[in-house]
Amino acid sequence: MEKDCCNCSHEPTDAEMIQSLNHIIEGFEGVEGALIPVLQSAQNLFGYLPEVVLKHISLTMRIPYSEVTGVVSFYSFFSTIPRGKNIVRVCLGTACYVRGGKDILKGLRDQLEINVGGTTDDREFSLEVGRCFGACGLAPVLMINDDVHQRVKPAKIRDILNSYRTVLEEVR
Amino acid sequence: MIDININGSDYSVDPSLTVLEAAKSIGVHIPTLCHLEGKHPQGACRVCVVEVEGAAALTASCSAPVRAGMVIHTESKRVRNARKTVVDLMLSEHVGDCRYCDRGDDCELQELSNVMGMREPMYDGEKPAVQMDDSTPALVRDTGKCIKCRRCVTACNEVQNVGALFPQNRGYDTVIGPAFAQNLDTVACVQCGQCAAVCPVGAITEKSHIEQVHRALDDPKKTVVVQTAPAIRAALGECFGYEAGTLVTGQMVTALKMMGFDGVFDTNFTADLTIIEEGSELLKRLKDMLVEGKPAALPQFSSCSPGWIKYAEYFHPDFLPNLSTCKSPQQMFGALAKSYYAEKIGVKPQDMTVVSVMPCTAKKFEAHRAEMGQDGVADVDYVLTTRELGQMIRSMGIDFKHLGDSAMDTPFGISSGAADIFANTGGVMEAALRTVYEIVTGRDFPLENLRVDSIAGLDGIKEASVLITDPAESWKFLDGVEVKVAVAHGLGNTEKLMEMIRSGEKTYHFVEVMTCPGGCIGGGGQPRFTTDAKRKARIGAIYREDEGKAMRKSHNNPTITAIYEDFLKEPLGEKSHHLLHTKYSERPPV
Ligand code: SF4
Ligand code: SF4
Ligand code: SF4
Ligand code: FES
Repeated sequence: MEKDCCNCSHEPTDAEMIQSLNHIIEGFEGVEGALIPVLQSAQNLFGYLPEVVLKHISLTMRIPYSEVTGVVSFYSFFSTIPRGKNIVRVCLGTACYVRGGKDILKGLRDQLEINVGGTTDDREFSLEVGRCFGACGLAPVLMINDDVHQRVKPAKIRDILNSYRTVLEEVR
Repeated sequence: MIDININGSDYSVDPSLTVLEAAKSIGVHIPTLCHLEGKHPQGACRVCVVEVEGAAALTASCSAPVRAGMVIHTESKRVRNARKTVVDLMLSEHVGDCRYCDRGDDCELQELSNVMGMREPMYDGEKPAVQMDDSTPALVRDTGKCIKCRRCVTACNEVQNVGALFPQNRGYDTVIGPAFAQNLDTVACVQCGQCAAVCPVGAITEKSHIEQVHRALDDPKKTVVVQTAPAIRAALGECFGYEAGTLVTGQMVTALKMMGFDGVFDTNFTADLTIIEEGSELLKRLKDMLVEGKPAALPQFSSCSPGWIKYAEYFHPDFLPNLSTCKSPQQMFGALAKSYYAEKIGVKPQDMTVVSVMPCTAKKFEAHRAEMGQDGVADVDYVLTTRELGQMIRSMGIDFKHLGDSAMDTPFGISSGAADIFANTGGVMEAALRTVYEIVTGRDFPLENLRVDSIAGLDGIKEASVLITDPAESWKFLDGVEVKVAVAHGLGNTEKLMEMIRSGEKTYHFVEVMTCPGGCIGGGGQPRFTTDAKRKARIGAIYREDEGKAMRKSHNNPTITAIYEDFLKEPLGEKSHHLLHTKYSERPPV
């Protein structure tokens, strides 16, 4: 049976997105190099950068679409797919890398069944890699949202992830 | 001048040069792969590295300015090793096989690898995923061969102001291509082929029609006729080792006849016809405005260059009524070949194949446009670039350099010098002025050597004006009118001109736009590598061709007079409307 989504606010329609986007773009009128700040504001607002948003930015800012997507795909900060409720970031800085960061990443990929940059089908988790979170003494480090998990072992990954799942998920 | 030392000898050089340019000026060649003459250095390929004494790291010579007292080594052991490593890494990621590659004879990477004596791979690199993109009518992209030099990005963004190509993703995953590394047909691309003209390797090339042309020539049921654009005769020789600027008109005709074409004709003929139709259209618009007081879409823009047409459809849709409705000379030729000429020789239009030889890749796209035909029969069937014709001639065992001259066939082989200059920037306008002035005043075009100097040459935007005095009776309304014209070549320059027209800063009656820098002589299908020096040499050849003709004005072409008498009846008439004119439609840019 269909039922309304319980705890997430409704997704904005394309028209609503375009309207808010126009506000953002107006705020940068006449500013040199406004593309990146516009993209950042748009992503903050929508959570990700869907195609309609990028095409609208290209049209109104008169920047070729290929350039807009080129910038979006260059910075790992930008995402063109809706991101999960929880952002999982593995540190692959030198210290974490040599102390098992790579195995942590592998464990996460296997359990979430997604690649770096991907989001699980249930939109619970997105997986990203980072370059040094400044906690090298605690390597390997894993960040989920704002929480830092230190000296992570691959065997612990399942429990860590489960503690973030919504109750609904766990029961299922 | 400042003093520097290169490879042990002292020189004094211009201080505004880069190390690369300074070396070149004294005869020292430094290899490059990403460098583009006159454009901001990319610093992407690193094959141009040199050793500068006192600097810890090797220096990219294309982006380093010379400094007084610099001591430079371009061939030290350190430089040679570094260069080899760079090229070897490039080759290790390269997915391509020179034996089967379009660039077999002019690939810059293959040549570099060869002169550097690379004989076996040093590294066995991870190979990138290969994307073969033949989604558009004019171009084929093969990302496996791309060395990420970004020349195409400069051509498409800076020179052409289109922006179809841009680096996508980052690091090892970088793909130089359209948005999200999708196919080219998902973005606004005008098919000009300037990307293919600058690509050092076989990563962007024209979509070949060579096999289709062979098949038509082999088919006894087909009458196969060929037309050659004005710009071919000034560049085809380069495919056979002639200097740029060598005219090979007669040899080209001989070669085409040996290849088996049933009629060898000249696009020049329909260039002359274009002048009559487009000139009449301009005069009609002026009359509508000045006499009838009707709003007229002015300035009128020339419509011979299909890349510009597509550009206007994407980016200036509100100006589409200003585009001349004339089909380009290529399409007019096809339409007349399959009607007037086919009837004359008793061949059904569907049994005739029209092949064009064009300096242009966008002509492949143009021939493919749905509106370019009659009753489901396309005006033009196949389009070969100058490069493809060169290759076909060689593949058919024709020793071009030893050929004698032949003349084009009748009826479409006779043309004026005004048609020749359609090949270069300013030429269409000059040809139009020669004719319009004489129609309106009844007097000879007054300029020295018939040349309108202010619209000749390689400046990006050029202007001229002609004051009409004492016109003939039917053109009295033009008395005292100063006809203002402008010329732009390269879409980046065109965009600047459009901004001035849009803002009202400039007003004109007639504007010529050619998509490619230099005009058709610098087209995306011309022999590589087109530099400004070659553009000038080719333009020089075209002007010689024009000046060598007794007949230098389109309206003096007797075949044009005859075709109006026999067939078309009058300029802008009923027949012209169906066969020679077309319409345009807006295209969303994303
Ligand atoms: S692009 Fe050049 S190096 Fe690569 S396969 Fe073609 S000819 Fe060979
Ligand atoms: S054909 Fe012209 S518009 Fe299209 S990608 Fe190449 S340079 Fe850009
Ligand atoms: S497609 Fe050609 S010109 Fe463009 S980056 Fe690749 S190699 Fe360079
Ligand atoms: S030519 Fe200098 S870096 Fe490519």
